[in-house]
Amino acid sequence: MALLDVQDLSVTFARRGQRTVHAVDGVSFNVDAGEVVGLVGESGCGKSVTSLALMGLLPRQRGVHVGGTANFDGTDLLSLDQRSMRDVRGRDVAMIFQDPLSSLNPVVPIGLQVTEVLVRHRDMGRDAARKEAVELLDRVGIPDPRRRLKEYPHQLSGGMRQRALIAMAVACQPRLLIADEPTTALDVTIQAQILELLKELVRDLGTALIMITHDLGVVAGMCDTINVLYAGRVVETARRRELFAGRRHPYTEGLLASIPRLDAGRGEKLTPIRGSVRDVLPWLDGCAFAPRCDRRVEACVGEPPAMVPTHTGHEYRCVNPVPLASKEEAGA
Amino acid sequence: MFRFIVRRLLQLVPTLFGLSILLFIWLHRLPGGPETALLGERGTPESRAAIRESLGLDEPLPFQYGRFVKRLIQLDLGTSISTKREVTTEFLQRFPGTVELTIMAMVIAIGVGIPLGYLAARRRGSLLDQASVGGSLLGTCVPIFFLAYVLKAIFAENLGWFPTIGRQDASIEATHITNFFVLDGILTREWDAAADAIWHLILPGIALASIPLAIIVRITRASVLEVLGEDFVRTAEAKGLTERTVRRRHVLRNAMLPVATSIGLLTGLLLSGAVLTETVFAFSGIGAFIRDAISNLDYPVLMGFIMIIAVIFALVNLLVDVSYSLIDPRVRVR
Amino acid sequence: MTLAPGRGKKVKLDRLAELSAVRDDERGVSLWREAMRRLRRNPAAIVGAVILVLFVLVAVVGPFFVPYGTTDTMGIREGVVKSGQGIIPGPSADHWLGYDHQGRDEFSRLVVGARQTLIVGIVSTLIGLTIGVFLGGLAGAAAGLGGRWGRALDNVLMRIVDMMLSLPSLLLAVSVAALLGPSIVTVMIAVGVVSVPIFARLLRGSMIAQANRDYVLAASSLGVRGSKIAISHILPNSLAPVIVQATLTLATAIIEVAALSFLGLGNPDSAVPEWGLMLADAQPYLGIRPGLAIYPAVGIIITALGFTLLGEAMREALDPKLRR
Repeated sequence: MALLDVQDLSVTFARRGQRTVHAVDGVSFNVDAGEVVGLVGESGCGKSVTSLALMGLLPRQRGVHVGGTANFDGTDLLSLDQRSMRDVRGRDVAMIFQDPLSSLNPVVPIGLQVTEVLVRHRDMGRDAARKEAVELLDRVGIPDPRRRLKEYPHQLSGGMRQRALIAMAVACQPRLLIADEPTTALDVTIQAQILELLKELVRDLGTALIMITHDLGVVAGMCDTINVLYAGRVVETARRRELFAGRRHPYTEGLLASIPRLDAGRGEKLTPIRGSVRDVLPWLDGCAFAPRCDRRVEACVGEPPAMVPTHTGHEYRCVNPVPLASKEEAGA
Repeated sequence: MFRFIVRRLLQLVPTLFGLSILLFIWLHRLPGGPETALLGERGTPESRAAIRESLGLDEPLPFQYGRFVKRLIQLDLGTSISTKREVTTEFLQRFPGTVELTIMAMVIAIGVGIPLGYLAARRRGSLLDQASVGGSLLGTCVPIFFLAYVLKAIFAENLGWFPTIGRQDASIEATHITNFFVLDGILTREWDAAADAIWHLILPGIALASIPLAIIVRITRASVLEVLGEDFVRTAEAKGLTERTVRRRHVLRNAMLPVATSIGLLTGLLLSGAVLTETVFAFSGIGAFIRDAISNLDYPVLMGFIMIIAVIFALVNLLVDVSYSLIDPRVRVR
Repeated sequence: MTLAPGRGKKVKLDRLAELSAVRDDERGVSLWREAMRRLRRNPAAIVGAVILVLFVLVAVVGPFFVPYGTTDTMGIREGVVKSGQGIIPGPSADHWLGYDHQGRDEFSRLVVGARQTLIVGIVSTLIGLTIGVFLGGLAGAAAGLGGRWGRALDNVLMRIVDMMLSLPSLLLAVSVAALLGPSIVTVMIAVGVVSVPIFARLLRGSMIAQANRDYVLAASSLGVRGSKIAISHILPNSLAPVIVQATLTLATAIIEVAALSFLGLGNPDSAVPEWGLMLADAQPYLGIRPGLAIYPAVGIIITALGFTLLGEAMREALDPKLRR
């Protein structure tokens, strides 16, 4: 049984005088205990909104509608009221965000921002919480943690801030951790360190991790299963090796092909995906990727393509998928 | 921190210096010349001669200015034309009244304004929100003295709920030590006197509070709205903290920063308003006295009070800056 | 969004291409045009604008249509008004708002008073605006572009502004008024002077912020002279907040004029009606005829509200942070 089973998640934003935006348009995926799952896609494909919906953090306004189910260990997260959701957040499911500086309260010391999670969910007293906070900060690799407790976010470096946020997230040993572009705002060298840290924690605590990113490199190094999103829907799901070796969806193919390679010859042009994210067809009217797809055929327009399942668990939403290179590779 | 304060105090000096020069020029430009200004129309020839002597009016201007400054430093601000008492005495006697009134107004403005602004921001677009915004716009458009008269007419004269004028009922024989009537009542344990003093402060306090209240509601609302959209509030929510914790530690602590700055700037408005409000309610603070000084052309009072108020004002601004650096760790002075 | 019905899939695919092309037509819109668009949709702005138009109409055209003269103390002549005995007749068929304490027709005075109030408000705001913009512009340009001497000049100018700010507005106005003697001009100058620091600071801050922007760096590296940069480039971009502030200042100017009249610093002769003065003069008769105070007060409140609504709406409309 999967730890988290998301079925047909949809999020729509309706505003007066503007077109309804289907940010998430029927997303389904699962996460097993201890597994690292990637949600990959360009900006605007709905991956962040998905995570916010799961956490119940979408603005509670009239125009926002969330549909579908998200079964977390027996409970549908989407049906919980705010109060119950507050108990779940931080304790069972935790999240870290993209920009560590703006994600920290500038006028409260770091120590307090860590201990408040411990006090809230594990009912710890102040001194016990402080001791635990020191250990947590140490565990995430922050040097001299005792001194850091009293410091403010602006006194820490970018990498240390993100580490602190990770410490806050794992303080109560949640069963699921969601990381939304945790390294995008950081220097490249720090990126690698943070990703290593996440991998360690996942391994040591047995936490499942949903890794949201647009960077296939990150995904290649970390994820067990990868879901590729486009225009609010999952277009391909596969285990890591299968995705990179035998991708089927043209969009995935496009993403992989557009990555600059060190071993490419000089003067060789880069191959981006033609068109832009705005050149989209609504899923109702066919395949959303059709306007940009080189493999487009008549069947792509008119009916939304369904997910094609395979015996390996690799699924893709395409009627004219990228052909497998050879029988041997497919079977590997 | 200490050096910061000293530095700011030093910055004060040129400003006060310039102000004294302006006042000096002002004094000499008043209709009738400084002697008439300081003595009034009914100055006797002897007193006029005495003034000429002490001001050194026959000496060159720089010397006159020197004497002027010397007198200022010695806190000799002259004598009131109308009451014949020293300007400093008059100030010290009436200032506590205005302070009490100002405190009452700020208590009302902050006590009502901040919660209202917060709620309006939380429930954006609701009736409460729109009413608050509309009300605060309206609040800045109503002349204070008109509001004071309306309040007085309805609640004091008509309904009789509050006293119409003054700081205290004459029938209560209150002992006055500090001239802060409320404080005096508490110190001497004359609870009826203290309560009566507070009762006298309510209507004028409401009138005086109208503009600060409007401003505080607006700034609080805008600030809370801005903070609510910040990422760290989202982080706090993601941690599953209780609504109370998020509100207090994350939203309010950040949203109050701009509000705190503006509270300091409101002091000026409060003083201007005090002059008008005290006049309407015959409240014997410095405001009403300034009003009388204007009609009586009591220039020594005007000049002296202006100088004192400028100094107080500057000190209050300094206090605000210092406290701001205490509240916001990013601004901590090294 | 559905595709138009067409002859088969080929049409559908062509429509796809069309759709992608259509989306590339978004052009940049200037700040002002965008602001006007937003203003037109803002109900508060519309209300404010309507109030203002009405006010200006009444002020400009009204006096030509009033039934009586504003100095004609007909009430006393006719014997109907005896303010000493507390008899001041209220609204009637002939006199829509009744008589005032000197037997004059209140309605006529109210309408003519609108004109004087408008003039007073505009003049005082203009005084503050011109002096403030000059000081602030000079300081801002000097600080942004002038190097060491520029910064020194900026310092001196700002010290002067600080001195003006070291006094509460009313006391500043009172000091100015004391110098010049009570008259309507005094009040206008006093209120104008009070608003100088606001405009000066605003424009200076705006210009300094602009001076640090890249386009200024680009212009100066192309050899454009500092003064030309200041006037042709920085100034226009810094004007938006000044215009907003001018509108808001107009509102407070009207109210402050009323306050100064109340304190006895305005025109002692009430022959020329002005709302602030009318309000002040009506204070002794509040018990007998509160209307005499209420009419001008309501006029002041509504007019100030109109300017404030419009000003606040303009501030929101011109806020670059809100641009999509």
